[in-house]
Amino acid sequence: MTIVLDPTSEQAPAARERATRPESLAGLTVGLLDISKPRGNVFLDRVSERLTGLGATVNRYTKPTFTKPAPVDLRHEIATECDAVIEALAD
Amino acid sequence: MSRDPSSAPPLPDGLVAVVKRDCPTCELVAPVLADLHERAGLTVVTQDDASFPADADWVHHDADLALSWHHDIETVPTLLRVSRGVGEQRTVGWSRSEWEQISELDGLGEGLPDWRPGCGSLSVDPAHAGELAVRFSGSRLHSRRVELASMEDEWEAMWDRGWSDGLPVVPPTEARVLRMLEGTTRDPSEVAAVVPPSLVECSVEKVAVNAVMAGCEPDHLPVVIAAVEAVCTDEFNMHGVLATTMSVGPVLVVNGPVARRIGMNSGLNSLGQGNRANSTIGRALQLVVRNVGGGRPGGVDRATFGSPAKVGFCFAEDEASPWASLAESRGWHADQSTVTVFAGESPRIFADERSRTPDSLTRHLAQALQSTVSPRMMLGMDAMLVLSPEHMARYADAGWSRDRFMDELSAELLCDADELLAGVRGVAAGLPPASAGQKVPKFRPGGLLVVHAGGAAGLFSAIIGGWANGPKGSDPVTREITP
Repeated sequence: MTIVLDPTSEQAPAARERATRPESLAGLTVGLLDISKPRGNVFLDRVSERLTGLGATVNRYTKPTFTKPAPVDLRHEIATECDAVIEALAD
Repeated sequence: MSRDPSSAPPLPDGLVAVVKRDCPTCELVAPVLADLHERAGLTVVTQDDASFPADADWVHHDADLALSWHHDIETVPTLLRVSRGVGEQRTVGWSRSEWEQISELDGLGEGLPDWRPGCGSLSVDPAHAGELAVRFSGSRLHSRRVELASMEDEWEAMWDRGWSDGLPVVPPTEARVLRMLEGTTRDPSEVAAVVPPSLVECSVEKVAVNAVMAGCEPDHLPVVIAAVEAVCTDEFNMHGVLATTMSVGPVLVVNGPVARRIGMNSGLNSLGQGNRANSTIGRALQLVVRNVGGGRPGGVDRATFGSPAKVGFCFAEDEASPWASLAESRGWHADQSTVTVFAGESPRIFADERSRTPDSLTRHLAQALQSTVSPRMMLGMDAMLVLSPEHMARYADAGWSRDRFMDELSAELLCDADELLAGVRGVAAGLPPASAGQKVPKFRPGGLLVVHAGGAAGLFSAIIGGWANGPKGSDPVTREITP
């Protein structure tokens, strides 16, 4: 039997519990993060309109640059202020 | 990695000889061992035969080789003067004068030759060394042990677990990782860097595990560690280099004495295959990003094309040129070993077999460099130029220094904005109308890195296009390679 050493971070749990999916967005606060790609705001403005129409409150956030991860403070701010997050990667 | 002296079992104080029967020199000195026991209370540690040189209470059988391994016995016989459990003086093989000096006795080994070399200690026998390292220091490794099933092909198992870049990887057994860690003096548990995109603390041990998988030798490990440190900086921005749709990866240029010591290639085919250090060091770095940082194609890695350079791209500079090296041009000394990381794509060849003057070659180079990434992309992206020895000779023959070359090339790379405006010649891309009438440089100051490498024959150079530069992109980073 061969034993090898795990080359990974060993931080990935076997399974990760997802937060319960809300029945409706009415009355919830949804965060939209603009990653600072050109014209991303145009797209997010429309998404914001649609979400508001569903009864959600929309909070807007902006990353300093799309090439780097969101600063830890910003991530914390979003996590504490929002009930739901829409996460997407686009180009 | 050094052995931990606090965990070493103590040797008996006084004179100690480590021997094995399967060594003609040990057989030869058997009478001297008995004499030294009589006259000075010698203890013998025997590796193979418990009754050699005598079946006596002053002969200790090192059956598991723990004493030999922990006290770094490489040769038998080794005679030691031990104080508080640790050898303070030692001599290897048989040398009458040195044995007399350490034992402080005269007249040792009457009738024997003055000197005989010893044999290899069982504890460094290649058949045992890996197993002993695991037995005696494996507990210092913290990585999760993964047992492969007996019916599992270990090479396929690496692939099945997602640990491979698509090529075979060497299974990182404890023995191989411990041997790899002999290549550095750093503690295995020391954190080398926080690796994107998952921003995970990466220990020296984890770097070593991935270096084993990439096919590195222990001597390569310090270069890999320095490269990991260099890319995991805010300046280099490994997260962005990985995540961008552009097809760049870290290009590693090694300077200084380490390149020669580990046999790196800076000459013929140095940007290609065939040299173990060149091929595996860059690959080890990419495996760290993949396995420790979690950066994988289709995950955070969104490159439209990728490039062969993303498997691993590492070479050494040929420092036998009249110019200051890349590292020296970035403020380092020639006697320092460094690695410079640059976010670059695959190299493409620039051919000029006709220029006989530095002026002609420089103008032609500028035309080629102008088209890097896009002929209408100005200032936003860096580039690396690898000058071949035959192109370098044009400048050396004319007495041009690196600084003169950079000044002349920069002047040639100052372009009329009017030629590059958006819409000019029916091309929508280009400079904004506000640039009209201006002269615009292709590269920002310091945005063109020039390296000397390549084979002796060939009037070619290589251009490696870069990625977005500055705080929103990536800046080249140079790190010193330390033992």
